[in-house]
Amino acid sequence: MSAPTIGRLKATKSTASLQHRLAEHGIDKKLLMLLPAVVFAVALFLYPFAYGIGLTFQPLSVTQQRWGGGIFANYVAFFKDSFVFDSVWITMRLALPAALFNVLISIPIAFKLRRKFHGKRFMSSLLVLPITLGTVLTAQGLLIFAGRQGWLNRFLIQIGLIDQPLTLVNNYLGVFFSLIISGLPFAYLLISSYLSGIDPALEAAARTLGADWKQRFRRVVLPLLAPGLATTFILTFVLAFSVFPSARLVGDPGGATRVMALMAYRAFGEQIDYSMASTIAIMMGLIELVVIAVVLLWRSFLYKGSTGGKG
Amino acid sequence: MATLTAPRRTPGANVSLPQTRNKKRGGARAPGERSLIASPTTWFVWAGAAAFFIFLIGILVSVVVDSLGKPWFDTWLPENFTTGWYQGAWTQFDLTHIIGVTLIVAASVVVLSVLIGGPASYVLARSDFPGKQLIMALFLLPIVIPPITYGIPLATVMFNFGLGRTLLAVILVNLVPSVPFVIVTMTPFIEQISPSIENAARMCGASMGQVFARVLTPLLIPGILAASILVLVRTVGMFDLTFLVSGPESETLVVALYRAMTSSGGATPRALISAMSVVYTAMMLVILVVALRFINPTQLVAQVKEVRDD
Repeated sequence: MSAPTIGRLKATKSTASLQHRLAEHGIDKKLLMLLPAVVFAVALFLYPFAYGIGLTFQPLSVTQQRWGGGIFANYVAFFKDSFVFDSVWITMRLALPAALFNVLISIPIAFKLRRKFHGKRFMSSLLVLPITLGTVLTAQGLLIFAGRQGWLNRFLIQIGLIDQPLTLVNNYLGVFFSLIISGLPFAYLLISSYLSGIDPALEAAARTLGADWKQRFRRVVLPLLAPGLATTFILTFVLAFSVFPSARLVGDPGGATRVMALMAYRAFGEQIDYSMASTIAIMMGLIELVVIAVVLLWRSFLYKGSTGGKG
Repeated sequence: MATLTAPRRTPGANVSLPQTRNKKRGGARAPGERSLIASPTTWFVWAGAAAFFIFLIGILVSVVVDSLGKPWFDTWLPENFTTGWYQGAWTQFDLTHIIGVTLIVAASVVVLSVLIGGPASYVLARSDFPGKQLIMALFLLPIVIPPITYGIPLATVMFNFGLGRTLLAVILVNLVPSVPFVIVTMTPFIEQISPSIENAARMCGASMGQVFARVLTPLLIPGILAASILVLVRTVGMFDLTFLVSGPESETLVVALYRAMTSSGGATPRALISAMSVVYTAMMLVILVVALRFINPTQLVAQVKEVRDD
């Protein structure tokens, strides 16, 4: 910068200079456009969240008398009341296998559907179809199709594979099926888009150098895909973790599928105990964040950088 | 350097290359040729996909058949067919009202979240400022945290303000995950537009508002469409948040369906619920078919590079 320019800058009013200096740090009028979103996030997300945390320290006197612990009575109740605390394991037992299954099954499907073949468009539209079904129709359909009188059991009995109808709904399996039907399309869409971000030339190069498909997958594609897989796992886990309608409709809401979301809603809607409901809700968020943090930690050891296909 | 390494590497490559290929692929096949017998993984994938589709189609068809069947208990197909359940569902649940509410909520959420999230995603895509990471985290949290976690405190606040069970509460609650979703979806679209286009418009004397209205918005139409459609599908399908704050007058179709299914004593006939679910799916299908005409779902994370048929 030449001397006259500096002189001219200094000659302007001090506010302009301040504005200029701020602009060099990236603070200018453009930031005002961020304002509505920030105000919105603070008013409808941060404030209620903080309020909810505050609420957890104002337990009902019933809770205080029963569990003790003063203002921490809700937390004491959460950890000591086995009826509530068991729901953590119940949720985990459902969400972790479902998310893992969805991711693992989507990898080969995404691979096979990557190349062009007859009816590919039909296949991928069928895979996206469950998004339109919604949890309630899936639940209703599972009850009818896989129930004791349903076509599935009827068919299996007809061909002589089983004598007694299988119990596939109103238990753990029912919710698991429903989680796969709603989660698999989502996992497939994400993984196939991550896969399409990997430059096919890398695989072609490995092939030219004599790598067979196992080596190409293990040494070339998988390391590039792994961060995407971690993200997909997190997102499908979030979906499965907050499962609520299907746990009530196709599950066994009193026993094997008494998930945390159901417990939180029970406290909110049926017992009108807002402070306990907030406690369960916030513990639910915390536990989920712990799982995500573990996956992210693992992901941070993976390859980071260009996959060659983006942009 | 090249002359030094080249002689050392070439013989090794020459020897090892044909060996591995012969060993692993069991025969002298040309590199581009494909085996006629499918590999076990292929069979595994097709079997898994087939099982998934059998369940999917079974679920869909059995609900449709149930919604059309007269009495259907323990036979392969119902004895008679009728469309009476649809009429019944329409009058008993006042579906006109419920679908109206669903569409009003969805449309308001789409418009508001694009208006709030669009400008924010522009700033996040273009500028670098202190505290940007913090703001990003603030916008990402509602997507990652389960809806129930912030939904219950939010619903409590809504009830305290006397907003509980109103249409406004349903719209506001649905905005919480939608605005961040718009931001996440639109940011890559904005990054693809070269800043020099904006600079050129500014040089020609356009004000910032004009740049937005006449230059950026037309270029961003695909991004806005993609974000709107995703938010639309999510809002129509959003159960947890709507369920927490809605009342009888402000419930959307999913919530009405759930309430009908869990109503005490199983007073609602199963076929009536099936008819309602078919209406819901038909509505979603229309939205999705329209959506897929505008966006390719696999383009959302990364630009698709067409894979060669190797």
